[in-house]
Parts: sequence; structure tokens; C-alpha cells
Amino acid sequence: MRWGVLQFPGSCDERDALHACERTGAEARLVWHEERDLEGVDAVVIPGGFSYGDYLRAGAIARFSPAMEAVAEFATAGGPVLGICNGFQVLCEAGLLPGALLLNESLRFVCRQLDLIAVDGPETGHIDTFEARRPTLSIPAKHGEGRYFAAEEVLDALEAKGQIAYCYAPGQNPNGSARDIAGIRNEAGNVVGLMPHPEHAVDPLTGSTDGLRVFEAVAAAGVPA
Amino acid sequence: MTVEVAKHRELGLTDSELELIVEKLGREPNDVELAMFSLLWSEHCSYKHSRKLLGQLPTEGERVVMGPGENAGAVDIGNGYAIAFKVESHNHPSAVEPFQGAATGVGGILRDVFAIGARPIAILDSLRFGELDSVRSRHLLDGAVRGIGHYGNSIGVATVGGEVYFEAPYEHNCLVNAMCLGIARTKDMVRAAAAGVGNAVVLMGATTGRDGIGGASVLASAELGEGDEAKRPTVQVGDPFEESKVLECCLELLERGLLVSLQDLGAAGLTSSAGEMASAGGVGIDIDVARVPLREADMEPFEIMVSESQERMLGVVEPARVVEVLAVCEKWQTGSAEIGIVTDSGQVRILRGGEVVGEMPVEALVDSCPLYDLEPAEPEGWIYGNRATLAPGASSEDTLLALLGSPSVASKRWVFEQYDSLVGSRTVRRPESADAAVLQVPEASNAIAVSIDGNGRRVACDPHAGTIEAVLECAQNLACVGAEPLGLTNCLNFGNPEKPVPAWQLDRAVAGLAEVCRALGVPVVGGNVSLYNEGPEGPIYPTPVVAMVGELPDPAQACGSAFTKEGDAIALLGPFAPTLAGSELAKLRGELEMGLPQPEVEVIAAACATVREAVRAGKLSSVHDVSDGGLGCALAESAIAGGIGCSIDVQPLRERGCSPEETLFGEGTGGFLLSGDREVLEKLGATPLGRVGGTTIEIAAGDRSLTVGLVAVESAWRSLRTQAEHDGA
Repeated sequence: MRWGVLQFPGSCDERDALHACERTGAEARLVWHEERDLEGVDAVVIPGGFSYGDYLRAGAIARFSPAMEAVAEFATAGGPVLGICNGFQVLCEAGLLPGALLLNESLRFVCRQLDLIAVDGPETGHIDTFEARRPTLSIPAKHGEGRYFAAEEVLDALEAKGQIAYCYAPGQNPNGSARDIAGIRNEAGNVVGLMPHPEHAVDPLTGSTDGLRVFEAVAAAGVPA
Repeated sequence: MTVEVAKHRELGLTDSELELIVEKLGREPNDVELAMFSLLWSEHCSYKHSRKLLGQLPTEGERVVMGPGENAGAVDIGNGYAIAFKVESHNHPSAVEPFQGAATGVGGILRDVFAIGARPIAILDSLRFGELDSVRSRHLLDGAVRGIGHYGNSIGVATVGGEVYFEAPYEHNCLVNAMCLGIARTKDMVRAAAAGVGNAVVLMGATTGRDGIGGASVLASAELGEGDEAKRPTVQVGDPFEESKVLECCLELLERGLLVSLQDLGAAGLTSSAGEMASAGGVGIDIDVARVPLREADMEPFEIMVSESQERMLGVVEPARVVEVLAVCEKWQTGSAEIGIVTDSGQVRILRGGEVVGEMPVEALVDSCPLYDLEPAEPEGWIYGNRATLAPGASSEDTLLALLGSPSVASKRWVFEQYDSLVGSRTVRRPESADAAVLQVPEASNAIAVSIDGNGRRVACDPHAGTIEAVLECAQNLACVGAEPLGLTNCLNFGNPEKPVPAWQLDRAVAGLAEVCRALGVPVVGGNVSLYNEGPEGPIYPTPVVAMVGELPDPAQACGSAFTKEGDAIALLGPFAPTLAGSELAKLRGELEMGLPQPEVEVIAAACATVREAVRAGKLSSVHDVSDGGLGCALAESAIAGGIGCSIDVQPLRERGCSPEETLFGEGTGGFLLSGDREVLEKLGATPLGRVGGTTIEIAAGDRSLTVGLVAVESAWRSLRTQAEHDGA
């Protein structure tokens, strides 16, 4: 198993993501934004940061990069893709995930450890075991534009199709996201985006190791390309 | 004399300084030269009022890798790695335009650290504003915090700690001091000295514009006053994305060995970086302003030379390597231009194409500014005024809640949650979880701790003792996480040194700093001086901000400040004998006056060593140094953090001669509040006071005894957000 971690000018958490991938026991390498070829990569992380400065709309420029063109093809072919924070924004801008991320309700950046509820994917959702299948993960969030927004009918469809991947625990929504949504997946389940940072929850020394489960779940969700 | 008298004065030079320049040049300076001299001979660049004093500071130590005079100081942390660190002020820009002022303060200190080849890994900030009931102070606080977050968050360097105080003397002239730490392989570090006659001088990063013209002389080296809005064009505008590219570019250039030396462009722009590089290398330098990439085509040579446009670096490159250097800049999509050459002339020559527009001996420009003696005079009493905000006769309970809700004591969560404290995966102890920030350093298989402190009010009461206290507080904070100090840096924020009282404060503070650093054996590896911090009402509190970096072998052992276990004993360690002098309570009562007790440095150093060893051995459940708001507030903070109450009896402190009120709310250095196994604590020599447990804080203190519920205590302590975001008059 080998992860590719995209690196744009202005990426911030790419080394942390690389390190997190390695903590799952996999190999990982950085993929420079001008690379058009994802050769030898079995899964992709689009990391946090401020790609190209994000002075326009977060992720609006990164989606046009050569590396993102390659990621779009990779995702369409069923390859697993995890977008974290800025990576989630890029996936929404690229149309690989529905909805958009708006400025936090407080209009301030927020950095806070939070409890996330992991919600099962469509193919394994059995009502009788739902609670057991919804583990709570302690993972930090840190962003200024993390308020998930989509039209009501889109939100209804996401719920109906099991596309809500992570919710903020009750009372812990840090940004005013619709329906406490912290992360979503595409219909096929191989593309996942979330605002909190699982790569900052992989070491007991720095807080928690719950983030490893996010990487493992995404790696298992796709058909390796 | 045909030089117009008003011109040099407008630029901040005195008549006698101009005469000296004329003598050095053997002629009158032209406009370009006058502008360059005015910047390099400003207080900000020349330290002309402080340099004589700073000679007292101890700068040597076996772990020192780089000392004062370089872009940043650095200490060895083992395995071939060093930690570089520096703190710098951006006070006047922040007072004029807080968002950009604070943002570019962060940008500037980051450049100082990567200029020596270190990758920035952490930022801390020390901030001072007026009281939060003023609209201006809330505006400055909000802007400065947003600015720091904007720059640090965007560039991906964790902001791991800091401090904020709110005091009326900072109302007009707030303080924004930013600190950066970086990690470097010792063998890859570079100095700022230009070397190699014939080598190329390459300007990298952003283009040069008209922003920040005269920042160092007009803004930083004169008092603030009426019409400061007109100075907004002297404040620079920050672009963290540009800096992020320049940072990665420079680190790659250094890693590949493509640079002879590197220097950031900060205050006084190209003038100071070119001048100082030439001076340090004992060479000359030619700069062709026609080759500097500009934002506006019609800029004059003097504007190009003094512009403080941000995110620029100056490198010296061997001619054969220039093409490779330009290619790395291209990869990182950052600008680059070969703008000059290292010469053996001993002159700084400014050219525009073929025409020489300025020519000055390096020695005259950089090293000949006259140094001034201070004329200090001790004030006859307390000069800062008093304002009582706590009702006379307030109960002990109400007093504790008022202290906890006082914004200088209250939780700073509202501030630090606006900063990314995690990026880089090093942060083992986050803000407010322990007394010092702790960062793991896998490269050296250990960890570092850092603390930044400086209580200006106490320094105002006694500049000598107050400065010693600030350093001791840093040392205590490091001890709480098990770290041993390696080095110290400082930023001396004072009023106008040409006036007797600020001169006296500066003189006494530096003497105290030198004394305590010698006693503790902690070398001063760098520093910064910010003078002329005054408003219409007078000088700020004298504010030496000190930051100490220490090392600990095992980050897992770094102790937190939260009570962790019901039934643990609580005990006090160290020579703590609190008084109300200079305390938060004396401020709330409007009873501030001159005078502080003298700290017992040797005894406190021994207590630090005891705590450090106990923490490293995993003997303590919690440890917290007793600081602002006294023992009552320290207990409340440990209780809130742990979500558990406590009950203590302060009788042992009464036996040290303290009144009941002093035991509760008095302040002084040298106190550690420990929790853990009673026998273990007693063996350390700590004095048992009580137990952890319950949902209230109970303190038996004779006629001042108190009992308060944790909920009430926490709600007072968490009130900063309400006070900061309140939008009434």
C-alpha cells in the first residue's frame, strides 16, 4: 500500500499527512502539484493548508492543477481519495464532492480538539448495529472556512444514501455546519472529505491516535487503481 | 552647509549626527545617502541608546551555537541539531494598523529564523493592550490576534504559546512581540556575513514597492502621538503565501549548499541587509537599483533602498551557482534577480544602471553611529496612576472571582483557539495544558520547552526586581514540564530613553537581567530593543519580555497543570512569601505603588531543580507555578483544568509572616503548587496544604476563608470572550 500526498505551494499539513500514512504501516510519498502522473500510488491524500495562498476562494485554484486532474481520473476509476480541510475544500471545488465550505459562523479561525462521530458507509449500514458502528473519535479541527453548506435536497440525499461520513458530536459543531456535518463521501464511497485533521491524531504524545481509523477506512473504501 | 536642516530632522537625525556624517563622507550626503544613514543610525537599527547597557549580558555557554549579532540565536540540542530562536517587537506598526502590524511582525521573525537555515517550528506572542473597557483596546486586540493567526496559520507554523496583559499604560501604545523557534542541522546553518569578492548578490521573494517607507525611523524610533493615522503608509502589508514559497526556496537552497550567506530584509529593507552583510564580512557591496524588480516603475533610488516591502531575502552566491539558484526560485514560483556584487572597496555603492547615485564607506554607514549614555533618574513615586475597580470590602469569594475574571488573569482560550497550535506534529503540551509549551524533537530524540514572560506592572514597581522575576518565572515554567534551560532571548520594550525615568527603568532592568542570567547560568543568545513606546499620557510600563528555551529528555513526562486525581495531596514548594505589592489585587483596588520584595534567586533556582527532577521521574500528578492572582488563582486554574475541586489550609504560609489576604491573593516568585502522593511531596521538601477533591474550592485562611463552587469559578475565568467581543462603548 502506497499513499500519495499532494503538495501545492501553500500546503501546510503535507508532512504531517505523510507521517500519518506511514503510521498506518503504509508507504507514502509527496506528489508535487505539477505532476500529472500518480504512478505507483494506491491512495491519495489532499492535505490541509492554503493552496496557492487561497486568496480567492479556498481550493478554487488548486482544482485546476495538473495533479488534481490526475486525482479526478484516479477517483473516477475508484481509487481512494481523502481530502482533509483544504483538501475537502478542493474536492468540493473540483465537483468530486457536493456542497461547499463557507466562513465559520463566528467569522474566526478555530483550533480545537473535538469528538467526531464516524458514520458507516452505504454498503454496511445496518440499523440494528448502528450505535456500535458509530465510534466517537477525538480529532482536532483547525480552520476559518469550515461551515459545510449544501441545498436542503442535497443534504437529504446525502443522508438517504449514507454519504455523511463524519458528524460533530452533539454540541461540538465549531463552525455552524449544516446538520453538524464534519465530513462526507461520494456515492461510490471512495472519495472522502472532512474538515477536522485526522493526521493530527496519530500519536499518543500529541493527543490521540483515533485519526488512524480515518486513514484505514478510506484505504479500505476504494478499489485500488 | 547647503543641506536643508529640516530634511535630516524629518528623517530623525540630530544636527550633530548630520555633522558627523558630513565629516565621515568628507562632503554633504545626497538624498539617497541621507535616507540610508537616517535608517541605519535610527535607534531601531543602531541601538544607540541601549548598546552600552547590553554589554553586561552574559552571552557565553557551552550549548550556544549562535549568539547575539546574528539573525537569531541558537542552542545545541544534541545529535547534530540546534534550536534557533528570537523575539522581536512590532509595536508601533500594530498601534497604527493592528492586523497588518501584527501579521508582518510574525512574518519578520520567521524570516530571521530561516535566514540562518533553520526551519520554523513554533511561534509565540507576547501582547499588551489597554484595558478592555476601551473601544480602542478591543479593536487593537481583535486586529492583532487576527493578524497573528492570518500569518502563522497560513504559513503552517504552529503558534504554541504566549501571554496577553491588559493595562492602561498600553492604551495608546500596544505591544506586539512575536517569537519564532526553528530547527536546523548545526552544520547547515549560515551566518549573515557577505564573503567572496566577485560573488553575486541575489534578491529573492516579493517585488519592491512603496510600502513601509521609513518604518524604522519614522515609526519605530519616535513616540506615537497625534496624526498617527497619517503614518499608515509606513506600515507594511504581509503576504504569508509569498513567505511560504520564499521559506521553502531558501531552505532548499541552503540544503543544496548553493548560498554563501543569507540575510532577511526587515526594518530598513535593502539598506540594512546590504550594509550589515558587508559590515559583517568586512567587504564592500554594489547594488544596482535598476535591477530590483519593482511594483511601481517610477520608484526613486532612495525609495528602493529604504522600502520595507515584506517577504524578501538577500543571498550571496558564487557566480557559477547563480543559474542553479534562479532555477530553484523558479520552481517555488518566487521572484529572483541578481542585483549586485560583493567588492573589496569597503564601500556600499548604489547604482542606477551605469550611474552611481550613492557611495558610503560601510564603516561609516553601519558602525559609526554615535552611542549615547543614558541620563537616568529614579521617579519620586508611582507615575502611572491608579484606578480602583473592585468595591472596597469585597468578600474573599467576590475578590477571587474578580481576579479570575480580570482579563490579564482570565483564560486566554479565546485568543489561542484562533491560532493553529498543532501543525508540524510536534506539540506535546498545548496552550493552557501546562506551564510551558512542549514540542517533541524526534531528530534529536528529545523535546524542547519554551516560555515567554514579562509582567510590566511589576517591573514598573521595581525594574530591577521585576525583571529578575520575569526570568525566574520562565525558569519556573520550564521546571514544571521537566525542562532544563539552554538559553534566553529578550525584547526590551521601554519608553523614550532620552527622558530620565524610562532611562532609569531601562538601566535597572538590564542590570537585573544580567544579574539573574549569570546566577542561573543561562546565556542570552539574542535580543531586540523597542524604545520610544509612549503615548500622550506618558511611557508604557517598562516591559522586558523574556523567552527561555529548555530541553527535556522525554516529552511523555512533561507534567500538566491540571489536578488529575481525587484524594491527591496538594503542597507548596519553594520560598514563596507573597505580598500585595504590584499584585493584580493591588491594581483592582487602585493601590499600586513603588517597591517589590527582592527575589531569592539561589533558593528559587534550587526549587526549580527539585521540581525538574521530580517531573522527569514522574513523581507528580500536577505542577503549576504560582503567578498572577496568587495562590487562590493558581488553585482555581489547576482545579478548572482538571474539573476537580480542592480544599486547603494556608496556615503554613501564615507562619512565613503573610496575612490571610496575602496568602490568598498575594504575589511573589518562587512558588510551585504541586499535587500527588503526600509522602512523595513531603520528601521533596514541599509543605502540604490540603487535598484534591469535591466540586468546590475551599480555602481556610482565618477571617478571609472562602468556599466557591467550581462552576462559578470557571465561568469567571472563561469571561475573556465576552469582554473582548463586547461591542458597546
